[in-house]
Parts: sequence; C-alpha cells; structure tokens
Amino acid sequence: MPRRKTLLWKLARHLGTIAALVLLGGLLSATLVRLAPGFDADERELDPSLNAESVRALHQSRAGEHNILSFYVGYLRGAVHGDLGTSHALGQPVQSLLRERWPVTVRVAGLGLLLAWLLASALAFTACLWRRPAYEILGTTVSGAFLCIPAAVLALLSVILNAPGYLAIAFIVFPKIYRYSRSLLAKAYALPHILAARARGLGEVRILAWHVLPVAGPQMIALAGVTVSIALGASIPVESLCGLPGIGQLAWQAALSRDLPLLVNLTVLVTLVTLLANSGADVMTYMLNPHDAQGA
Amino acid sequence: MNLARKLACVVVLVVCALSLAANWLAPAGYTRQFREAPSAPPSRQHWLGTDEVGRDRFARLLYGTRISLLLAPAAALVSTVLAALVGGLAGYVGGIWLRLARGFTDLFLSLPWLFLLIAVRALLPLNVSPLVSVLITFLILGLLGWAASARVLSTSADALRNSDFVLQARASGLHGLRLFLVHVLPNLKPVLYAQFWISIPVFILSEANLGILGLGVTEPLPSWGSLLRELEGLISFREEPWRLVPLLLLVVVMTSFQLLLSNEEVTA
Repeated sequence: MPRRKTLLWKLARHLGTIAALVLLGGLLSATLVRLAPGFDADERELDPSLNAESVRALHQSRAGEHNILSFYVGYLRGAVHGDLGTSHALGQPVQSLLRERWPVTVRVAGLGLLLAWLLASALAFTACLWRRPAYEILGTTVSGAFLCIPAAVLALLSVILNAPGYLAIAFIVFPKIYRYSRSLLAKAYALPHILAARARGLGEVRILAWHVLPVAGPQMIALAGVTVSIALGASIPVESLCGLPGIGQLAWQAALSRDLPLLVNLTVLVTLVTLLANSGADVMTYMLNPHDAQGA
Repeated sequence: MNLARKLACVVVLVVCALSLAANWLAPAGYTRQFREAPSAPPSRQHWLGTDEVGRDRFARLLYGTRISLLLAPAAALVSTVLAALVGGLAGYVGGIWLRLARGFTDLFLSLPWLFLLIAVRALLPLNVSPLVSVLITFLILGLLGWAASARVLSTSADALRNSDFVLQARASGLHGLRLFLVHVLPNLKPVLYAQFWISIPVFILSEANLGILGLGVTEPLPSWGSLLRELEGLISFREEPWRLVPLLLLVVVMTSFQLLLSNEEVTA
C-alpha cells in the first residue's frame, strides 16, 4: 500500500537523520571535550605517594584519549557493548548512573509537561470558545509573567513554597505552550470557513472539534515534540535546586565538577530523546492527516 | 507607538540610565563591606539592606543591572552577526550550502538551550577571575545563541533569492557580493533587527539561570544571576521581602522588553 510505504519511508528517513545527528553530535562533543583546557590533567598524579613508574602508568592509561578520532571510536565501541565509561567525579559507571537517574526525570518532567499542557490548553480553548476579553487578558498576563521569570528562580520559588518540582517545570513550559497554541487557534478561527460555519448556526464546541482542531492540530502535535526539549532543559535547574536526583541534577553536577565523559554521554542521550520526540510528533502528524503532511 | 510600548521604552531607558549612574548613586561600590552591619535590613544608609558579608544590596543591584543590561546586547550582536553569516549567506547562496547550514542549525537546536549552555560552560575553566567569567558567560551566550536566528534568516534570505526583484537584478548583470549588499542585505535588515532584539531578553534570562546554578559571573562581580542566587537562602517571603527586589526589577525589565518586542516579532 502506498500510504504504508510512505510511512515506512518517513520512519526510515527520520531514524537515519537521528542516527547521523547523534553520531555527529557525539563527535562534536568528544572533540570539544578533547580540546577543553585541563583535559590532560589528572589529580591522582599529584599524589606524593606515587612513584615515577605509577605516574607513567597513569599517563599511559589515557594515551588512547589523545587522538580525537580514536577516542571517539573507542567510546562508540564501548557504547555498543553497553560500556559508557566511568564518571570521574562520582566514580561510578555512567550506565548505572543513567539507569538510576532517568526514571526521576521521566516522572518529574512528564508530570510537569502534562500539567503545563492541561493548563495551557484549558486557558487557550476557554479564551477561544467564550471570546471574552477577560480570559484573553488573564491568559496573556499569566503567561507573560511566567515568561519573564528565569527557570531557576521558579525552581527556587517552588523550594521556598514547598511545592513539588514538577509544578515548577509546568510553570516554565506553560507560557510557551499557551502563547503558541493561542496564536494557532486564533489563526484557525480567522479562516473564512469558520465564519461561514458560525453564520450557519453551528455550535462553538462543534466548530472547535470539526473545523478548528483539524487545522491547528498538526502544528500543536509538532509543538508537543518541542515541549519535550523545553521540559528536559527545565529539569536542570529544577532538579538541581529542588534536590531531585535526576538527569538534570546529574548534568549540573557533571558541569560543576567538569566531569567531561559524563557530559558527553548526557549530551548524546538528551539529543537522542529530543530528536525522537520531534520525529515522533512528525510521524504522528502524518498518520493523522497524510494528505496535509505530504503537501507540507 | 502605543502607550504600553512608550511606557516600556521609558522603563528600559530609566533602568539603563540608573545602572550607568551607579558610580554616583552608590559611591560605596559593590565590593565594600560594612562589617559592622552584615545582613542588615533596609535603612537610610542601605536602601535595600546589606548581604551576609555586609555589602550594600542597592549598590550591587545597580552594578549587576549594568553588567546584565550592557553585555546582553553585546552577546545579542555577536549571535546576530553569526546568524547572518551562517543563515543569511547560506539562504542567499542556496543549494547544498543551504542544506548544510540547516543541518548544522538543526544539530544545535536539537539540544535544550540550557543543557547546551552548561555543557559548553563546563568545558571551559570554572575557577577564573570575575572579569574573565563575565567575558566567558556572555561570549558563550553570543556564540551559541545564533541557531534559532540563523534558521529564520536562512528562510528569509532563501525567499529573497527567489524574489522577482533579485531575479531582475541578476538579469541586469548584478552578481555576487554587490547583489547581496545592494538588494538582499537591506531587505534582511528588519529580520536582523528583530532577531537582535529578541535575543536580548533570552540572554538576560540565560545569564540569570547560569548565575543561579553557579556557572555564570563569579563573585565579587554582581550580575542579575548572582543577585538572584541570594534567594536560595530565603525561608519565607515575609521574612526579608526586600531580597525580592532584584527579581521584581528583572520581571519589570523583561516585561518591558516583551512589550517592545511584540511589534518587531510581527514585522519579522
């Protein structure tokens, strides 16, 4: 069937792009790590109890890391076999750190994202359905206020107010969803066939479900993909300042202690998740409306 | 210009002027310690009280505002120039260069902004002098913040390349750099201005985030990030409400930028 074929082709293309971008991103990260000042330094060499031979052995253990390509190929070879290296600062295998921390981030960012979408959609749809200036002003003011506050301050405020971390993520993501979805809905409502439907006496809920959502829906699904990336970014200050042991906190700790191997792995992981979310949104848009997606 | 935009413009100008006049308004400076009055409440001598080590909070707010408000536009200029070079030129040349530039831009945009910032900041030395930390922070913002603007610029330049007047200019014998400078660049100016103005509040917020996370401007130099970091020790809002003044100022300035930007974004 042509539709199934197109879908498979789309999936294959997305997977190919993701693989290429992740490999390239990993290479860029590895290059930056290799060129970073202090890459070659090892605090253990300062230990006065080590003799010259031990120091030489420590040097030799890192000899393979000097060439960027061999360093990266070695990393990839290890990654294929499930070995992502060891964190310098925490002294634990990166793989076990990721396995421990990932569920926390999924729960906190997932709940925050869900809450943000519920809040933003409720406000945006209410403003469109009832068309009262009060709703419009309320939505714009609230979202504008949250856009002006740094994510880290929202995280600090949640600590002061004893609020859960996912609430901070929700308020960080909410204004972006509200502003974009409100603008999409406003554009859809301005189309001439909506005016014609209203003139024929169709109810607002029916207009929304049958005429507005099919127009604005695909772009809102694309927005859903983008918000995953925003929530992951927001998890850094929220987890760090709220004391939640997730990927965001791990990234912050890795940055503060300049744990470069851990940072490379986290960069690759976050890139992969972001790309998967965006590609998933694209494929879902195609599945819901293949003709429009092809036209686009 | 409507009333709200006029008001926003006045607010930004007044805050900039006050921060530039910090030397006269707060002659004690941002480093002087009043050891006899650490963590003091607001008084006639210290309008916003003093911090834990006895430094005047009002002076630190003025100097911090100066650093954030003056260096964010500098970083925005760097990122806009880079975006013009990558996106604008690739859009104008088209073909494989446009595809390559878009791929490179996608790679940059596939990482969450804050994640990219802390990862790159961690690659550079953390234990540096305050002045170097300011330069590193804002340079990173400028050098990494070009991707979204480059995407917009590449689309605009691509549309211009295929527009009737550029085709006509080409048919009249105008080519290369001259065509770009005479016909394409002047038409890209509104997009460039919009991207420049959009970047400023983004960079101010990013610096604040980095500062609170301890990866921004280092002590004793103040910036909005390091000033907001003081909220970390706050137990309740009622206890020391004056400590919220930097946050209020940031919200007021950011709201003003939002009001100023609304029209620029529409133009873009």
